Amino acid sequence: MASRVMSTLDYPDTLLRKVLGSTKSIAIVGASANRARPVFIVTKYLISKGFRVFPVNPGHAGGEILGQPAYARLADIPEPIDMVDIFRRPDAVPGIVDEALSLDPRPKVIWMQLTIRNDEAAAKAEAAGLTVIMDRCTKIEYGRLVGENSWAGINSGVIDSRRPVQTVEYQRFRLPGVVGGGERK
Amino acid sequence: MSEDRAPGFATLAVHAGAKPDPTTGARATPIYQTTSYVFNDVDHAASLFGLQAFGNIYTRIMSPTSAVLEERIAALEGGTAALAVASGHAAQLVVLHALMQPGDEFIAARQLYGGSINQFNHSFKSFGWNVQWADINDISTFEKAVSPKTKAIFIESIANPGGVVTDIEAIAAVAKRAGVPLIVDNTLATPYLCRPLDFGADIVVHSLTKFIGGHGNSIGGIIVDGGKFNWTATNRYPFLSEPRPEYNGMILGETFGNFAFAIACRVMGLRDLGPAISPFNSFLILTGAETLPLRMQKHSDNAKAVAEYLSKHPKVTWVSYAGLPGDRCYKLAQKYCPKGAGAVLTFGVEGGEAAGVTLVSTVKLFSHLANIGDTRSLIIHPWSTTHSQLTPEQRKAAGAGDDVIRLSVGIEDAADIIADLDQALAAT
Repeated sequence: MASRVMSTLDYPDTLLRKVLGSTKSIAIVGASANRARPVFIVTKYLISKGFRVFPVNPGHAGGEILGQPAYARLADIPEPIDMVDIFRRPDAVPGIVDEALSLDPRPKVIWMQLTIRNDEAAAKAEAAGLTVIMDRCTKIEYGRLVGENSWAGINSGVIDSRRPVQTVEYQRFRLPGVVGGGERK
Repeated sequence: MSEDRAPGFATLAVHAGAKPDPTTGARATPIYQTTSYVFNDVDHAASLFGLQAFGNIYTRIMSPTSAVLEERIAALEGGTAALAVASGHAAQLVVLHALMQPGDEFIAARQLYGGSINQFNHSFKSFGWNVQWADINDISTFEKAVSPKTKAIFIESIANPGGVVTDIEAIAAVAKRAGVPLIVDNTLATPYLCRPLDFGADIVVHSLTKFIGGHGNSIGGIIVDGGKFNWTATNRYPFLSEPRPEYNGMILGETFGNFAFAIACRVMGLRDLGPAISPFNSFLILTGAETLPLRMQKHSDNAKAVAEYLSKHPKVTWVSYAGLPGDRCYKLAQKYCPKGAGAVLTFGVEGGEAAGVTLVSTVKLFSHLANIGDTRSLIIHPWSTTHSQLTPEQRKAAGAGDDVIRLSVGIEDAADIIADLDQALAAT
């Protein structure tokens, strides 16, 4: 099973914390308005954490997903993005990476969600100076690092005797220093 | 400490899952003795109920106190997540509920705790979950029991009461060939002595009542998700691979990655069957877990000293303790639990049932009761108690013949434990 092989990818927590803590805008490639799909749940979560989120899906272009205008292609997004978060099959990744590399300014991070991995495309993006994360979920990693996953008995791998960073609401934590992270208007 | 440095077992036993309380700064994990949690707004409530956000709703399904216990044990076992429940029996119920449909089969080792044999033979059969028994002394019996209806294999790492060590890797290979998860009850070993997930197990269950709680004061159980089984590769496990109507058509195995099994157990088994652990019990068990490495080493060292003493006693016909050189399980114990073979051992007393009854009636330091895994030394005659609901044949097959005495050796001074047995054996 391919997913078992993929789980051998190892990203130190310091790297994931830096990536998620310095990202402000995220393009969601393969966005969906179907609330049963993982991409919908992740999009909603990232919005709640204060990230600027841009859904990308040609089928929704011109419409909205979760209140955010949706775009057909990365190039259509009207402002610079920090991260391209990919919810597409591995064979679609090279085209998306090429699109990302042709943006000006380029995004800093290519992130592929759970079970998505394309080593060639990753190498190309890394050679261009981008950070690449594969086979990880942005929501799971954010929630793990800030302590929210721990409410579901999930092994965060984090040991920290310092106070968790709470938002103004019940049961919501955030990374230190994230602009607007979780503080809803 | 550096975030990318992997902490050791003793550090995890004290710290994993527990941060200072964000509201009060309490450093010990508070007992959240409440039934329910206030939502920020209706959207927050909808997100929690729809599994779109983690958080607390209602203590039947989760509690911040129990969550610390869950993360602690998941970390100690090397798993991805865990779910604490009301008892070890509840853990077995919730695990199999997630895997089995009526008419399905699971394979279980004959060498199990008598209560588990009862649960599998009677209550689970009434659900249409059909147990097929196999023998850990002959791995081919597991292979032969596999059928298209098989959904899981269930073993104990160290079997209760026999003190027998199971060849986890060999049975994991059978499970892998059959495409089913291997469930290991790791109660007697605890993750300090043995980590079944490192040997190919997929799910670990515990009676927390025993060594993890360790003080004989709280009933509890836990399910640990190993995170490696691919639940969506086939449609054999529809709870994980099919859209769930009550969660907007969400597919749990796809949405929750390598901790999907633990989530499925929580949001279906615990939600619907209801065997929730009380936050107070979670607090007590968590306190016990902090000293697990210290206690398990002392339990094992004391048990070895007792086994050595008994093996030389003229009224003792045999001793079964995998930590004794020469024991038939010694080699397996060196592989699976090299730090020690645990606290539980059995021996045969000359004079059969009558001598057994005299022995348990004459001890003064040992307590005669049905539990194991207390700080105190415990003694029982399984034939007349824990295994008495089984047939004589089942009792013998489970390692509970009429001459068998089971000890759970405590953490008192070894010399005092041995002196008590010495005076009681003299009376038989």
